[in-house]
Amino acid sequence: MQAATENVFKALADPTRRAIFEHLSRDGEQTVHALTHRAGVSQPAVSKHLGILKLAHLVRDRREGRETHYSAQPQALAPLIDWMSIYGAFWRDRFDRLENLLKRMDT
Amino acid sequence: MTATAPTRSLVIEREIPHPAEKIWRALTQSALVEEWLMKNDFQPVVGHRFNFRSTPVPGWDGIINAEVLVLEPNSRLSYSWGTMGTESVVAWTLTPTKDGTHVRMEQTGFRSEEDAAYKGARWGWTKFIGNLEGVVGRLA
Repeated sequence: MQAATENVFKALADPTRRAIFEHLSRDGEQTVHALTHRAGVSQPAVSKHLGILKLAHLVRDRREGRETHYSAQPQALAPLIDWMSIYGAFWRDRFDRLENLLKRMDT
Repeated sequence: MTATAPTRSLVIEREIPHPAEKIWRALTQSALVEEWLMKNDFQPVVGHRFNFRSTPVPGWDGIINAEVLVLEPNSRLSYSWGTMGTESVVAWTLTPTKDGTHVRMEQTGFRSEEDAAYKGARWGWTKFIGNLEGVVGRLA
């Protein structure tokens, strides 16, 4: 596996980092301060998680005065969103629909 | 990038409490297929070329080019599945069990990693963020 891809997997294998990333993806740019408030862990811990996300290019930082602002870089997810994950979700949903149809059909 | 990209396969299996003959109808009658899969002009004839049509989304026209490859009534059905520049084969196998039918779907595809990742990203990553946990959990 390429190093870049591995960094993405490692970064997202941790539930706290995943929560931070999803939060930034949903709600846009946030300060470390605001993220700490949400994450329920200490500011140094949040900063460390952000460093790992940054290494994987999943977030970008921007200094403004005394605060650092972080934003999600969803294009870094590309190695993860491959054929398997697309079709896995797709077919499971279609199997559910097939079963529903069978229930409605005459024997 | 080489021409011999790795083949990958996705298998989904389910025990369904209905007879194989009934499931076969749901898999091979165009109007029924539309109800659970997609709009289509499928015909149960080996060699028949057809399309599945879904609602287009940004980066994808919603069209799947297909051809019937295998047709063994109440038992095996397979068709090619071409979309977004990727080619794969979808194969259904029905095996009667005590209480119904074991349904197995295997999709085998040919891909180049970068290409598929690019197309996956274009498909719309937001749609799949909910699956992140499951995907990553399996890899960890």
